Amino acid sequence: MATAAQVLDASERPVQVHGQIQLAVRVRRFNPEISDESWWDEWTVRCDPLERLVEVLHQIKWHHDGTLTFRRSCAHGICGSDAMLINGRNQLACKVLAQDVAPRATIEPIRGLAVLKDLVVDMDPFMDDYRSILPYLINDSGEPDKERRQSPEDRHRYDDTTKCILCAACTTSCPVFWGDGDYVGPAAIVNAHRFIFDSRDEAGRERMKILSEKTGVFRCRTTFNCTDACPRGIEVTKAIQEVKRAILFERF
Amino acid sequence: MTTTHTYDAVVVGGGGAGLRAAIELSERCRTIVISKLYPTRSHTGAAQGGVCAALGNVEEDSPEWHAFDTVKGGDYLVDQPAAQLMTEEAVEAIYQLERWGLPFNRTPDGRIDQRRFGGHTRNHGEAPVRRACYAADRTGHMILQTLYQQCVKRDVRFLNEFYCLDLIRTDDGSTAGIVAYELATGELHVIRAKAVVFATGGYGRMFRVTSNAHALTGDGPAVVWRRGIPLEDMEMFQFHPTGLARLGVLLSEAARGEGGIVLNSEGERFMERYAPTIKDLAPRDMVSRAIYQEIKEGRGGGPNGDWAYLDISHLDPEVIEEKLPDITEFARIYLKVEPTKEPVPIQPTAHYAMGGIPTDTDGRVVVGEDETVVPGLYAAGECACVSVHGANRLGTNSLLDLVVFGRRAGDDAARYVAETSLPSIERGAEAQALAQLNAILHRTTGDNAGDIRKELQDTMFELAFVVRSEESLSKMQQILGGLRERYERVAITDKGAAYNTDLMETVELGFLLDCADALVAGALIRTESRGAHYREDHPLRDDANWLKHTLAYREPDGTIRMDFKPVKMGPYTPMERKY
Repeated sequence: MATAAQVLDASERPVQVHGQIQLAVRVRRFNPEISDESWWDEWTVRCDPLERLVEVLHQIKWHHDGTLTFRRSCAHGICGSDAMLINGRNQLACKVLAQDVAPRATIEPIRGLAVLKDLVVDMDPFMDDYRSILPYLINDSGEPDKERRQSPEDRHRYDDTTKCILCAACTTSCPVFWGDGDYVGPAAIVNAHRFIFDSRDEAGRERMKILSEKTGVFRCRTTFNCTDACPRGIEVTKAIQEVKRAILFERF
Repeated sequence: MTTTHTYDAVVVGGGGAGLRAAIELSERCRTIVISKLYPTRSHTGAAQGGVCAALGNVEEDSPEWHAFDTVKGGDYLVDQPAAQLMTEEAVEAIYQLERWGLPFNRTPDGRIDQRRFGGHTRNHGEAPVRRACYAADRTGHMILQTLYQQCVKRDVRFLNEFYCLDLIRTDDGSTAGIVAYELATGELHVIRAKAVVFATGGYGRMFRVTSNAHALTGDGPAVVWRRGIPLEDMEMFQFHPTGLARLGVLLSEAARGEGGIVLNSEGERFMERYAPTIKDLAPRDMVSRAIYQEIKEGRGGGPNGDWAYLDISHLDPEVIEEKLPDITEFARIYLKVEPTKEPVPIQPTAHYAMGGIPTDTDGRVVVGEDETVVPGLYAAGECACVSVHGANRLGTNSLLDLVVFGRRAGDDAARYVAETSLPSIERGAEAQALAQLNAILHRTTGDNAGDIRKELQDTMFELAFVVRSEESLSKMQQILGGLRERYERVAITDKGAAYNTDLMETVELGFLLDCADALVAGALIRTESRGAHYREDHPLRDDANWLKHTLAYREPDGTIRMDFKPVKMGPYTPMERKY
């Protein structure tokens, strides 16, 4: 995608270009091959107000500092690669526009997972939590010739939690997760919800047993950070509450 | 430092085709999937509208009608037996996805719901048919998630954030493994295997306006091309008519399947003139060309007069909310347009590669006119050319392609592995990849990869997009020569070992240049217009001379040699493509 963003040298005086805005991009850097400490870098960028922040980062990387490192792929909020802490909020850099954050975007890695380089964090513990809740349909009652039937109403019960793209924005915005990495975290619970409330699935009890352990849902303190952070608009806290209720009342 | 691994089979790519192949393989042999992304981030997840199969859940349908539509949609460059096979296997493939948990939208009686899609018709073109099975407008996301879930269930082994840099072949041409680069550490890995399945997706990032993810850089096609494998029908690249203006982000054809229409700047529903029977549900190549024609005649909108509009504002808001939520959000976020109230500015966007690594219907890579099988080498999904999409893929058939041929490739690779012993390889199999990386890393000054990439994307968009000609393509070929010279001198700033995305993006740019070379060579030689390939200097289809596939070979001296092979015909005789 072509982009109108231009990186300015610190010495360069900003030139007014019609319809463009100026954006200061401040990034917390970290490179274990250089230093054990993180540091801050800042660039001033001139760009279209509708430019995506991830493309602004690309302009910096491609034309100013190739060492700036971040994950990205689809650039329109579907793949979940570019979750970052942007101006204090977990967001996908491809769903934030320059005008949303101007005049300044302060960007840090998402919290609670080890930083490996710049904005890249270790996703493996997050994926391990996801795997721990048996994230696949379990039904041992024999397979029909065609499809299993499911009413639109039953399909609707877990619709919201099928949207999850495993970007980790929710889990890494959760203060309980920051304090205790053993907590399975909102994303894993969302994916458990997706199966617990699927009428075709038969392993709800098994998942609820996993989630009723001390690392599970009852660690949630209902701060709603996860719901605010979800770039897919999933009502994460509500899903967690539904799982809690299902465990307490054995109803699902 | 190079680490050597030994498996029976290695799958390169963690998208839909790769995961589907891995499910098949992992139960029967020692399998590893290498993926440059975490698999759930693959671009299969961006597919929106649906996956077609003639289930007949909401109205009468048959696989044969589906096959006909696929062949006609592909402007008769489709290998007809492959299309027949795909559309027949489609039905079971969809039921299998459902039984694996895919949350399809449902009919009132609980069956998989189906909706209309471009080019899919009842009884050979009579009227649009409801054939696309869907999960809101995130069908690809749900397929990717479901296949990944099944891999988790089967404990499939992954090496995530590993890039494939080279294919290892023995002297007799058999497959012996790959060379991979570990992003986290910068280490090279030699992965020895009896079978290699390439499933690396497309290469839309060679164009400025594209629906494709940044990761779609043609790694698989480029790697095998450099090792003597031809690329088939590379000139056949689909431009999807409804990309979000400026950005290229896809707005699903499902919008039109649900009743959306395309307008010009005068508010006219111009597809009524171009495809009187199915109008806005004409195949993508026709709608994209119609948009270009409207623009050419001065009826384009926007600041440069090169936009059309997708209008869904007349649809029931509940339908939009239930069935098209994501694309509605894209318009709101990226263009600040409210689709329930106003038309959304759109522009054709580079979307899908019909061409790629030539395979048979078992996913086996085949070389030459006589289709000699390369032992142990497989490809599936967008990087492959079976060819079921011919000159223009119908909407939803890509998701179908990857489940049907992903499975078939995995199945045949597992059979092959059981019958074959591991080829021995010589020491230093990674030498060529290592030399390439070191050349880039050690150069202290040189050309900037970002500049080369930008010029590639700008010029390909300008000269090799919806409308092409001898003149534009020759110019593009010349530009590519210059870009390659500059690429040979490219230098980067990041010299580190950990997460050196600067280095990998530069390697990917090299892959893109290869794919662009092959695309332009095919487009130049094919002096006709067929499907997505439109030559304004040869505006008609020419079956007498061009009812054949192109094969591009990279010769050892760097030049490209073009060859051809016949289209496999079947019951459908080429006729004029009217809708």
